[in-house]
Amino acid sequence: MELSGAEIVVRCLQEEGVEHVFGYPGGSVLYIYDAIFKQETFQHILVRHEQAAVHAADAYSRATQKVGVCLVTSGPGVTNAVTGIATAYMDSIPMIILSGQVPTHAIGQDAFQECDTVGITRPCVKHNFLVKSVKDLAETMKKAFHIATTGRPGPVLVDIPKDVTRDKCRFEYPKSVEMRSYNPVVKGHQGQIKKALQLLMQAQRPMIYTGGGVILANAAPELNKFVDLLGFPVTNTLMGLGGFRASDRKFVGMPGMHGTYEANMAMQHCDVLIAIGARFDDRVIGDPKHFAQNPHKIIHVDVDPSSISKRVKVDVPIVGDVRETLVDLIGLVEQQFASGSRTDEAAVAAWWKQIDEWRTKDCLRYDKKSDLIKPQFVVEKLWEVTKGDAYITSDVGQHQMWAAQFYKFDKPRRWINSGGLGTMGVGLPYAMGVKMAHPDAQVACITGEGSIQMCIQELSTCKQYHLPVKIVNLNNRYLGMVRQWQQIEYGSRYSESYMDALPDFVKLAEAYGHIGIRVEHPQDVEPALRDAFGKYKDRLVFLDILTDQKENVWPMVQGGKGLTEMILSSEDL
Amino acid sequence: MRHIISILLENEPGALSRVVGLFSARGYNIETLTVAPTEDKSLSRLTIVTTGSDDVIEQITKHLNRLIDVVKVVDLTESAYIERELMLIKVRAVGKEREEIKRMADIFRGRVIDVTDKSYTIELTGDGTKLDAFIDALDRAAILETVRTGASGIARGERVLKA
Repeated sequence: MELSGAEIVVRCLQEEGVEHVFGYPGGSVLYIYDAIFKQETFQHILVRHEQAAVHAADAYSRATQKVGVCLVTSGPGVTNAVTGIATAYMDSIPMIILSGQVPTHAIGQDAFQECDTVGITRPCVKHNFLVKSVKDLAETMKKAFHIATTGRPGPVLVDIPKDVTRDKCRFEYPKSVEMRSYNPVVKGHQGQIKKALQLLMQAQRPMIYTGGGVILANAAPELNKFVDLLGFPVTNTLMGLGGFRASDRKFVGMPGMHGTYEANMAMQHCDVLIAIGARFDDRVIGDPKHFAQNPHKIIHVDVDPSSISKRVKVDVPIVGDVRETLVDLIGLVEQQFASGSRTDEAAVAAWWKQIDEWRTKDCLRYDKKSDLIKPQFVVEKLWEVTKGDAYITSDVGQHQMWAAQFYKFDKPRRWINSGGLGTMGVGLPYAMGVKMAHPDAQVACITGEGSIQMCIQELSTCKQYHLPVKIVNLNNRYLGMVRQWQQIEYGSRYSESYMDALPDFVKLAEAYGHIGIRVEHPQDVEPALRDAFGKYKDRLVFLDILTDQKENVWPMVQGGKGLTEMILSSEDL
Repeated sequence: MRHIISILLENEPGALSRVVGLFSARGYNIETLTVAPTEDKSLSRLTIVTTGSDDVIEQITKHLNRLIDVVKVVDLTESAYIERELMLIKVRAVGKEREEIKRMADIFRGRVIDVTDKSYTIELTGDGTKLDAFIDALDRAAILETVRTGASGIARGERVLKA
C-alpha cells in the first residue's frame, strides 16, 4: 500500500520509538499535522513559540537516553527555531528537527514563508537534509536518527517540502544505514590506552577532569567506578555535573571561570591530567598560555578528534567512545592492582593534603546572617527540600552559576542547562521537556527575572499539558552577570543592566492559571519551597524570590586571565 | 606554510557549501579551490590550497573529516605530489608584439588557442609559480584578461585517494 509523505513521517517516528513531538503547525506542515491527528502512538505538544519547541526537545534528550523531536513550519517557523538548534549543537545534543518547506516547484521563488532552511541552519547542525522526493523520505529519516545519535551526537534537521508530504509511495523503513562517508570511531586505540594507564599509575599529582561527553555517552557509572578505584581527585565541568557524585569527597567542585579554588588550583598544578569528554573550553581553562606554564602530561579521551589538541597540546590522545574507553581503562587498572602494582600512594596522599589545604579557603562561602535573601541560600534550600534528587534546569547568568555551585548533583542528566551557547530563555522550555520525559520527577527551573521573560509565554503550554514544574526566580532586579562584569571591569557603570518595569510575577503566574508566591525574607524561603513541592505538588508554582541585588558569583576568573588568577570575594576587588 | 588538501566529497547538493562554510566559519584561509566530479559520478574531488601553521592544518583536516559528506581527506603536501594549474590569458597582440608574444608563449610551452587581429588567447599549464612567471614576463598593459583554475594535485607514485 502506498503512503503519503506525511504518513511516512509519522510511521518513521513510530519506528524510532518516538513518544513525544514538540511543535507548532503552519502552512507547509499541514499534511504532517493531519497525519498526526490520525495516529495515537506519540503525543504532540503544542508550544507557544518554535524556539521553545526546540529547547523542550533538546531537554528531553538531555534528561533521558532518548532523542528529542520537534516539528516546525517553513520560513519563520525555522528562523524561530534557529536559537534552539544552535543551543543543542554547541552542547552536542542528539535531536531531530523536522521542518516544513514550500513545495519543490516554489523553492527559490521567494514564496510565502520560504527561507533557505538548509543554508540558514547549516553552521549549527551536525547535518541537514532537504528531501526532494517522497521516495527518499524514509531513508533520509533513518539516516537523520543514525547521524544524530552516533559519534559525537548533535542535532540533525530534515527539511520536507509540502508536495513531498502529499506525494505517495510504498513505505519501507530501512533496518540499518550504511554511509561510506560516516563511520564514527567507537573503540579507543589500545596502545594509547596503555600509555594513559602508565601515566596514571606513575602520577604524583593526578587530576581527572570530565565534561559533557561522560553524560552523553552514559558513562557516569563507569566514571564513578574509575575514580573510586584510583582514589584520585575529580572535577566535572558545567556540562559534566552529575558525571561523578558531587557529595563524594573526591569531587573538588566545578572548574573554570566560576569554579572552586581547589578545582582550579588542582587543574593547574597537577602533573598528570586526564580529560574525559571535555574540551578545554575558554570558560574552563582560561588563558591557554597561562595553563601551559605548569608542565602537565595530558591524556585526552574524546569521540571527536577535532576536540583534541584544539586549544591545548595533548600528550596521549585517545579517540573513542568515552564509556568504552573507561571500561578498557578500568579493566587495565584492575589487572595492575591484581598483579600487585599500586599507584604512587604516598605522593597521591601528599597531593590530597595540598588539595585539602586549598579547600580551607572555603571559596563558596557567603554571608549566612544577612537580612537579605542570598541566592546561594535559596539553591542550598532547594537541594535540601528536594533531597538532592530533582531535575534542575537553569537559564543563563548568575543564577546558573549558583545552581551549578550549590546544587550537588549525584546523578547524570539531572542538570539541564545551556553551557556552550549560553542561551537565556531555555530554563522554562527545558523544564517542560524534562517534565514530559519524567512526569513523576521533581523538576525545578532556577532562573532570573531577565531570562524567564525570554520564554515566559510557555506558562501557557505548561497549563495546557498540566506540567507542574517549579520556577525558582532569583529576582535581583538586575541582569546580574552583566552587572557583575560592569562592576568589576567597567567602573561600575551599569549600562542597561537594570531591569525596570518588571511585571508582577505572582499575578502573571495566576493569569496563566498557576500559583505565584512572592518571597521577601530569608526565613520564608524554605516554607515556600516546601509548599511548592508539597501542598502545591500538582501545580506549577512560580516562586518570585527577591534576592540581594548586589550579590556576586565567586570565585571568578576574568575573561582572558589565567585559571589560578582568581578573585575570591568582593574584598579582592 | 602552504598546503594542498585533496578531498573526496559526496556529489550532493550543498556539499560544497559545507566545505566552504567550514573554512569561513572557523577563519581558515582558502587560496584556491577546484572541484569536479570524478570517474565515479557520485563523488566530487576538491583541491584546496590553504596556508596555516601545522596546528591549523591539523584542525582543518579534522574538521573536514567531521563533515558528513566528506569521504576522504589527504594533505598532499605531506609527501611527494604533482600540482598543475590551467590559465587562459587574453593579451593584446598588434604589430610586432604578435611575434614577441608568440615566442614568449612557446618558451613557457603555452599554446595560442584563439586569435583575432588585435589579440591572442593563450592556454598555459603548470604550477602556480610558472603561471605567475609568465604573467610577469608579459607587459602588464598588454594583458586584457586572465582566468586561472587554481591548483589541482595528485600524489606521486602508487599512492591513490579512493573511496
